[in-house]
Formats: sequence, C-alpha cells, structure tokens
Amino acid sequence: MVTEQQPAETEDRPIVEMHGITIRFPGVLALDDVDFVLRPGEVHSLMGENGAGKSTLIKALTGVYAIDSGSITVAGESRVFAGTADAQAAGISTVYQEVNLCANLSVGENVMLGHEPRNRRGIDWKVMHREATRHLEHLGLRIDPRSILSSHSIAIQQMVAISRAMVLDARVLILDEPTSSLDRGEVEQLFAVIRDLRDRGVAVLFVSHFLDQVYEISDRVTVLRNGKLIGEYLVKDLPRGELITKMIGRELDELDAISTKADRAIDRTATPVLRAKGIGRRGVLEPANVDVYDGEVVGIAGLLGSGRTELVRLIFGADRPDSGHVEVNGQPAKLTSPRHAIGKRIAFSSENRHEEGVVADLTVAENIVLGIQARRGWRRRIRRSEQQLVVDNYIKALDVRPADPDQLVGNLSGGNQQKVLLARWLATAPRLIVLDEPTRGIDVGAKADIQRKVAELSEQGLSAIFISSELEEVLRLAQRVIVMRDRRKIGELDSREVDLDGLIDYIAVGREGSAA
Amino acid sequence: MKSLVTHRLFWPVVALIALIAINTATRPSFLSVTMRDGQLYGSIIDILRNSAPLMLVALGMTLVIATRGIDLSVGATMAVSGAVALTIIDASPTPHEPSVVALAIVVAVLVSLVLGTWNGFLVSVLGIQPIIATLVLMLAGRGIALLITDGFITTVNSDPYKFMAQGYILGFPFAFYVSIVAIAVVVLVERRTALGVLTEAVGINPKASHLAGVRSRGIVWGAYIASGAMAGIAGILYSSNIMAADANAAGLYIELYAILAVVLGGTSLMGGKFSIAGTVIGVFTIQTLISTITFLGVPPAASPVFMATAVIIVVLIQSRRVHRAVRSLIRSLRSLGGSAEGDDASARTAQAGSGSSGDESARDETKVTSR
Repeated sequence: MVTEQQPAETEDRPIVEMHGITIRFPGVLALDDVDFVLRPGEVHSLMGENGAGKSTLIKALTGVYAIDSGSITVAGESRVFAGTADAQAAGISTVYQEVNLCANLSVGENVMLGHEPRNRRGIDWKVMHREATRHLEHLGLRIDPRSILSSHSIAIQQMVAISRAMVLDARVLILDEPTSSLDRGEVEQLFAVIRDLRDRGVAVLFVSHFLDQVYEISDRVTVLRNGKLIGEYLVKDLPRGELITKMIGRELDELDAISTKADRAIDRTATPVLRAKGIGRRGVLEPANVDVYDGEVVGIAGLLGSGRTELVRLIFGADRPDSGHVEVNGQPAKLTSPRHAIGKRIAFSSENRHEEGVVADLTVAENIVLGIQARRGWRRRIRRSEQQLVVDNYIKALDVRPADPDQLVGNLSGGNQQKVLLARWLATAPRLIVLDEPTRGIDVGAKADIQRKVAELSEQGLSAIFISSELEEVLRLAQRVIVMRDRRKIGELDSREVDLDGLIDYIAVGREGSAA
Repeated sequence: MKSLVTHRLFWPVVALIALIAINTATRPSFLSVTMRDGQLYGSIIDILRNSAPLMLVALGMTLVIATRGIDLSVGATMAVSGAVALTIIDASPTPHEPSVVALAIVVAVLVSLVLGTWNGFLVSVLGIQPIIATLVLMLAGRGIALLITDGFITTVNSDPYKFMAQGYILGFPFAFYVSIVAIAVVVLVERRTALGVLTEAVGINPKASHLAGVRSRGIVWGAYIASGAMAGIAGILYSSNIMAADANAAGLYIELYAILAVVLGGTSLMGGKFSIAGTVIGVFTIQTLISTITFLGVPPAASPVFMATAVIIVVLIQSRRVHRAVRSLIRSLRSLGGSAEGDDASARTAQAGSGSSGDESARDETKVTSR
C-alpha cells in the first residue's frame, strides 16, 4: 500500500527514516509497525484522529518514549534515543501546542537558553541580545530581546520557540498543533516562517487539526489510524474527502446529516430561556443583547479576540459585568458567580480545556460527577452506585475512549477530554449549555460526535450557545448566529439566510480595508 | 505482589518498618511493652503518646497542602493556644475544677479557630500567597502568646489539665486517644462526604473547579480553619505535657516536621491528591526518628545532623529515581553473573533493561511537564 503511492518527486535523501516502529503501553498498542519518512526541504503533515498515534510517533522521534521495536535513522545514522537531549543533539527540535518556554524570562534569554555567550564575568548580555536579535530577525521578527516573553501574544511566543529551535541548529522541526490558538493573520505570519525554513532545507513535521492549513502549507502527508500506518501521499494528489475517509476509516456524511436538524422553526414568541440586556464591561465588551429560546442553538461567530468568549463569560458570571442584567425564564437573575448560573441550570464549558476544564489528576468518573457534586454541596456525597450509573451512561452516550471510568482524565486525548467535560455539564441537567470552542484541537470523529449530541439535545428542548472558530460548524448547528467584532456585537443572522461566504463577509465588513 | 509494591503507601511503610527494625536491632527492648499500675509502658507507647501534637498538626497540614497551600503558623498557634488555656486556669481560684479546665480548653481552641480563620481569609479572600499569609502569624503569634502570659512562662497545677497529656485510660495514654479521634474525624469528614474529592479538585485545578461550581473559596478557607483548630488542640497537649505555657518553645519547628510528615506520606506539595493514612505513617516515622535519637544517646549537639541524615535516607528510600537506579543496578549485576553463555545474551538483557527503565523515565517526564 505504501510503496504503491510512494511519491517520487524529490530525490533528496531522507533526513529521518523511522522503520517498523512499535510502541506498547499497558493494555494498548499505541503504534503498530509504523514507517515514517521525512525529507529535507519539505513540510510533511501527520494526520489522524486523536488516539491514532500521532503524538506517540512524535514522542518516539523526540526521544520522549523509548520504542519497543523498529529503527530510527537520522541523516543516515542509526539512532537510539534515550531521552529528549539525544534527539536534540541529532538536530530534532519540537515546538509544542502549549508553548513550553519560560514565560517570565526575557525573549532573548528564552531564545539563547543553554547557549548563552559567556565572558569572564558570566553571561555576556550584550552579545547574547545581539545574537538573539539576529536569530529572531532571521524569522522576520523585530522584537526587543529584553522584553518579557509573557508580554507577547501566543503567536509571537511560538515564533520565539521556533527561533530557539534554530539556535539548536535543528534540521528537523516538529510543530505540534502550532496554530490552534492563533488568528488568521498570525497563522499567515507563522506559515511565512515555515516556508522560509523549508526553503533553507529544514524538514518540517506539521501536525494540525485544521484541514485548510494542512492543505495550504504541506507538501506531503502521512496518515495514521489506530496506531497503524495508512499511507503516505502527496498533498496535491489527495482530495480532502479522501483524506478524511482515510483518517476516520468511514465515509463522513454524518456531518451533513447533522445540518438538516438545525433547520427547524423556533418559537420566539415565548419567554426566552435566557435574556441578557445590555450586558457588558468597560474595556472588555460593549453592552450587548442576547436572547436564547427553548430548544434553540445560538451560534456566536467572530475572530479570536472579537469578544465571543468575553460575552459568554459575562453571562455565566465567570466574570462580573458592570452593565446590563440577565433574565432566566423571564425572572431577573443575578449571576455573579458560576455557582449562581449553575443553580439557574446554565452550564458553561470553557474554551480552555486544560486550565479551566478538566481536573487532570482525577478520574474520568470523578470529573464527570464534579458538576453534580458541586451543586449538591460537599456534605451529600454521590453514592458509588449512583455515580456509576451516571458515568456509564455518559461514557456510552458520548463514546468516551477508553471507556474506563477509573482512568485519569489527564491520560485521555483532547477529544475524549472534551467529551468528559460535555458529560460533566449534561449530567447537571442544564436548561442552557454554553459551549466555547468545544471542538478545538480535536479530531474529526470526536467533532462529529459532539456536534451530533448538541443537535440531538437541542431537538429535545435543550438550549445552547455554541462558539466555534470553524464557521461551518456554527452554521450547521445554530438557528441564529450572533456576529462579534472588536469586542462588540455587530449583528444577528438567521442561519438559513446566510451561507459560509456571507458569514465571512459579514464578519469582515468594515475591517479597515484589510478585509480578506 | 506487584500491586503491593506499586501501592502508594508501600515505600512510606517500608521506611517506617526499617526504622523500627534498626531500633529493635540496636536495643531489643524497643518493642517490649510492660504493664505497671494499669498503665502500659515502653518505647512504642511513648511514641504513640508523644506523637499526638505532631499528628494533629500534620493532619491539618495535609488538608492545607491538598489545596496547594501551606500553613507555617501552626507552631505559633500552638503557643497561643497553650498561653490562653493556662492563663485562664491560672486566673481561676479553683484550677482543679474540671469545668474550669473545660472552659480553658474551649476558649483556647476557639482562639485557634479565629487564627485559622484569619489565615484562611488572607489566602482565600485576599488571594495572598499561603507562605506569606501564614508567615505573618508565624512571626506575630509567639508575640501574641507572650502578651497573653505577660511575658512570663505561666505554670499551673491542675490535675484535669495534666491528664490531657499525661493521663491514661485503659492502659493507653489519653493523648493517643486524641490522635485516634482526630484521625477518625478527618477521615470521616473528608472521605465519607465529598469534601475530600472536592478539596483535591480545587488543589489540582482551582480555575476549573470554580467554573464547575465548586465553592473553592470555602474549601480553601475551611482547610486553614481546620489546621488552626488542630494546632490549637496540639498546643493544649503540649502545654499539658510540661504544665507550662512557654511561648518561645511551644511547637517550635513543628510546622517543618508536619510538612515533612505530609510529604513522607506521599502527598505532593503541589497540592491535589492527599493521603491521610500516608500522613499518619509519616508522623510515626518522624516521631520514631526523634525517639531513636534519644535511645541511641546521640549527643544533643549532633542530633540535628543525625536527624537530617536520617530524613535524607528515608526520602531516598521513597524516591522513584533511586528505585530505578537500584533496579537497573541489580539487573546489570545479574547479567554480569549469568553471562556464562556469552556476551550476546547479557547484552540483550541489559538493553531490554535499559529500554524499560527509559520508558518509565519518559512517563515521569511527561508528568513533570504536564504540571
């Protein structure tokens, strides 16, 4: 299967050859006899659902995991990595999704960390900052190396991480979900850097859940599924539908089936489940009105930083509004803390899964019942039998994998963590569920599962506010779409009367000439 | 067998047993318990009795540490509590009256509750870092105790009060019963209700817990109040033992021993998961160590060094890195010994060994970075 589609475009000798890689974890065969080849001067995407083995393969290549069998050859030399330092010495550098730099050090210190130029009195700061500046300018970055890293956006921090990799003289650069928290302009900036590196002969391994980006940036793609190699393909020869089919191993008409469900009439004469009037906070969000009716899914569309998250956080009471008021079922409600909102049967799932969502060191079961338990108070502990009933029910309904209630949530893949969070909130039997980016950074299959569940529940009368950067999702699920721009609500659209391009135009209009 | 070794209390228990074994080897009478006048005597009984103040303080500390906090003020709280109790008894014309002693104890514990509430307020409401917030009282507390006793070491003569630390019931010291009750109360309150798991949730991820509707402020606050109350009772036991309120010596360094006991028991200073059983074992380990110093006749000047050395050894026994190093050392020794069939086979075993240990270190690393 592999040899048949082996692209023969570049004659370059591969920089990395992984052959017959097998990694076994207790109870799981994470990688099963996988081959992977990376050539200099190419951008190579690694595709697969969550749990397909992408991260495991990357960790094998970066020396985090030892391989059980197989061989790794870097630049013609057979290597055994006993740790990440070995991989780095071989010229393999990684930039992770969550930037792992020292946020409270300066940009220059981060870039040069471990390679600081020295003089007799210790570190030669002058030379160090000059060197750092040189490395940053290489990537087209003009920032002060003395500035503190955390004062920059995630995009800039990522570029700093890349320049750091370049200081290490990396011949292979691994970018694991680098774009998941970047906006469109920042992605462009990052891609310019990636192309530049590629042209200089660096082999770039790119992992992303954004199909658009994979098609835009990569030359080649390797697809994994359930720990097995499906094949390596040239991107230009592989239509999207085919790629998705290879990734999930089934035809994905399911997503389209969901869309028809959104086409139903909502009774907007009744009292809304939630009515927020003029809710806002100075410097955060201009006062905005939001109504959500019974069984309605209201989408919120807008770019990153447009005020989407701020709006729902103010409604939920996670942040305090300084203007406006909220009515729940026609009754004025003071939602000044998450507890109040939960008491009014409103649930809010944050976009920040790691920091504001899962409790990583607790089990799947404990995470799922956390919401119910918190509502009951600490005195009345949920009995084991009751907990088991709830947990088993949701694990099955949302297809959480592995279906083990005693597994620590931190060990689950992103998509499954998201399902656990959804389960936590659904278990509290909400009237309204607010989902902020519930599908970010997760695989196609889990995306479909989550969207299907939201559509299904809204048909049964649950109201929802759905935020996503993927506008197709918003249009597919929502009956009404609130459009945000520059921390302001700029309008409301009926999703039956607008298509994707129309929505993009609406978001972009008035963006001071730079509208794409 | 395998599940026994991987149980998280396995190594703490091993450390404690090793300590007891060393004591018994050097002094066979260590384990002997004799009955005299209806009271049990022996080194073990002494350890059970003397560990009570540390036990109480460490139990409170466990809860505070589980919330990602730390309480440095427990020693000072002990001093205040003892000063309050003894000043009340001292002022009373009838110091032998049980009701006077009861009043003194109740007031002392209430004052300690107030101190704990103050700490909790600083941490949970004002958001001050726990180490700084409790440092305030750690420094000020002994001054407050001195103010209460007018700068003197108050001494009293009160039989009921003396009974707290020195009395016996059914052969066992009364202080031991206080420990048992404290352990039972903490276990019941934390594990029979949902408080334990909610505390762990707050300790692991405060933001997520808050958004999930957990009363994180109340839980954190409660932990400091519990710690203050426990320190208050510990202060009464301490002052009852010497029948004096010594503001400078009461509970000196006990915060450090308590933190040590919690950590030896396998609870991480990063907060989150906590083990009450682990803390109990940790307390007994430390108390046994302190007793060992006396038994072995270590000169007072050398005892801190001896203590430090022993603690380092205990910590090493529990260290996962040391376990790994020892395991791979044993493996390479074994492959050296059994290499009669040729270098080939031994090389293979050695490689397999290093492979699996590398795997473990990898998992360790991911844990560290995910924090």
